[in-house]
Amino acid sequence: MELNEKMNYKHYNKFYDHFDFMKHRNVFFIISSALIIVGILSLFVFKLNLGIDFSSGTRVDVQSTQAISIEKVDQAFRAMNYDPERPVVSGTHKNIATVRINKELNQHQIAEIKSKIKSQFGIEPNVSSVSPQVGRDLAKNGLFALILASIGIIIYVWIRFEFLQGLTAVLALIHDAFFIVTVFSLFHLEVDILIIPAILTIVGYSINDTIVTFDRVRENIKLSRKRLTTIEEYSSIVNLSIRETLTRSLNTVLTVLIPVVLLLIFGSESIRNFTMALFVGLICGVYSSICIACPLWAVMKVKYLDQRKKKRTVQTQA
Amino acid sequence: MVKKGPIFSFFALLIVLGIIIGFAVNPIIHRVNLGLDLKGGFEVLYQVEPLKAGQKIDSDTMSNAVAAINKRINVLGVSEPNISIENGHRIRVQLPGVKNEQRARQLLSTTAKLEFRDYKDRLMLDGSDLKPGKAKVAFDEMNKPMVTLQLKDPKKFASVTKKIAGYAPNNQLVIWMDYQKGDSYAKEAKKSKPKFISAPSVSQELNTSDVEITGSFTAKEATNLKDLLNSGSLPVRMVEKYSTSVGAQFGQDSMKETIYAGALAVAAIMLFMLLFYRLGGLIADLTLIFYSVIVMAVFVGLQAVLTLPGIAAMILGVGMAVDANIITLERIKDELRGGKSILSAFKAGNQRALPTVVDANLTTIIAAAVLFALGTSAVKGFAVMLLISNVVTFLTSVYGARLLLGLLVHSRALNDHPWLFGVKRSDIRGIK
Repeated sequence: MELNEKMNYKHYNKFYDHFDFMKHRNVFFIISSALIIVGILSLFVFKLNLGIDFSSGTRVDVQSTQAISIEKVDQAFRAMNYDPERPVVSGTHKNIATVRINKELNQHQIAEIKSKIKSQFGIEPNVSSVSPQVGRDLAKNGLFALILASIGIIIYVWIRFEFLQGLTAVLALIHDAFFIVTVFSLFHLEVDILIIPAILTIVGYSINDTIVTFDRVRENIKLSRKRLTTIEEYSSIVNLSIRETLTRSLNTVLTVLIPVVLLLIFGSESIRNFTMALFVGLICGVYSSICIACPLWAVMKVKYLDQRKKKRTVQTQA
Repeated sequence: MVKKGPIFSFFALLIVLGIIIGFAVNPIIHRVNLGLDLKGGFEVLYQVEPLKAGQKIDSDTMSNAVAAINKRINVLGVSEPNISIENGHRIRVQLPGVKNEQRARQLLSTTAKLEFRDYKDRLMLDGSDLKPGKAKVAFDEMNKPMVTLQLKDPKKFASVTKKIAGYAPNNQLVIWMDYQKGDSYAKEAKKSKPKFISAPSVSQELNTSDVEITGSFTAKEATNLKDLLNSGSLPVRMVEKYSTSVGAQFGQDSMKETIYAGALAVAAIMLFMLLFYRLGGLIADLTLIFYSVIVMAVFVGLQAVLTLPGIAAMILGVGMAVDANIITLERIKDELRGGKSILSAFKAGNQRALPTVVDANLTTIIAAAVLFALGTSAVKGFAVMLLISNVVTFLTSVYGARLLLGLLVHSRALNDHPWLFGVKRSDIRGIK
């Protein structure tokens, strides 16, 4: 289909058919900048609730056959001369309590906790203990993996598309990853090792969405058969491409949100924070692909073209 | 005219695949290796440290240590142990489904250096003087458990016992396990629970190769000691740096909950696809079943271990596999709305969707590959599943769906029925 035909062909009454994404781009940019500022402030004020994976200490999950009371758990640990930190009760039957002890335990201490808790609550507890060095290494490795994956993605998009699209795609992706961190900081959710696969999954998805839209942009530019220069021209291409791919973007995010929400409701307690990170990231990811990546690319592209034009004019004058 | 050939092929293909899957599902499910977060068990990360000052920890020492650990795990009889060297000086041991965790941990980290010393802590004999693999548990006349050993050289034992007997009244032969610098017999002998195993008095020269160790141990402790001596001492000291243990009940519950959520999710996704894309959705749902079975089969074939994050990755993979279907079906709908016939819309839609699906999946594969290369246990389990999911997606959601839908399209039975793809006739350009 030719582009001009496409522009005026009959639309099929989708609620977003007349939404001008480019016109509202500054609103999106402001919202996202505000979120980033909130995130930075939150990191300074509330910091991150690092799980033992990334710091050090011991974590015990106590499970009981019936509902569990914080006092009972607290007493059990004090009886063993430990100072349990903020026990949290969870599980659909309120039968799981998670306790943190601020130090690393040796195998004899762990064995003692396991047998005493088992005799008191009936079920063998989970015990994890991490020394500071290992926690630091894990965090370092995770960050390294994220950076490496991002570089890989930029290079791939650069080869398949263009550098500016690769750059905006990665900016959108960092935006999403940072938003997950922001939510975890603001709501004081525990950050454990599973945050790394969660963020990387979101990176994969977010880039997916962004690339599908850029793919359509590329196609529509080719179809328009002319040299685009002004922001208006780019706006109409971007708007058209977003509208054309929006059903797909929304349906895809929906099919992934379905399992995530169900895991959040019915899934295991031990991966709750993981699914929470996915939930937040998915929603942010679809928003950033549509409202940030494409408009930002158009703005940057036009600026780049203007500069090049100016340079050329200067050169010809000289 | 509707052609019957392709329709026949379509159903024949479905029946054959259905039968294969029907027979394959059970054996596949039974061969899945469950990780310790699903069936209980524990994982320890040891830091390897030198036993003596000046001892170098190189790759040889590390592999010797791993070999010694392996022997000890054999004693425990764990079915799927996983031992790996990390960062050059750490050893990660994963023991899913281990019954007696405390015994296992003790058995793993004890250096098991048996030494015979005199009352002044001078070394007389050590593990290298023992015949390997000859330690046994026996009971004395009081029915108290003891451990019997065999020495390589009875003459050496004779000369040692002669020396010790001559120290009377300090004629004790002190048997130490994991003697460390600073330990002393004089100090420990005063304690109610001394660190050494036992300190029998030797009154005469003993010209024998059989040694009995009696001490105040229980039958269980005697068995532990025997197992340790038989699997040999560790060439290094191992310090626990990270450990996590999951109760069996916890593991089972997590698995049940997660699989329940996953099953619900798959059902919901299938329903959604059916409602939104009609016939295209039905084909997508069929390929989704094949997808799930193939992913599990590949996973089992690679002997990978299924962990909780792995199940999460699989459920997410379902979403990604469906995404490939959605991209293609949306394209076909676009072409149909543009006024193309079913056949040409199908062809054009598939053709134009392919590069998008490839780009989208390859970027995820990049992320998963990085995770696989750098991640440790939990992260790795997630990455393997994500990688398999992405590759299998090409097979089922791209080629499988195209094949199945193609047969129906080519039969011409769908002609003039765009509603089968969820396209309203009034949306088609050129039709008022």
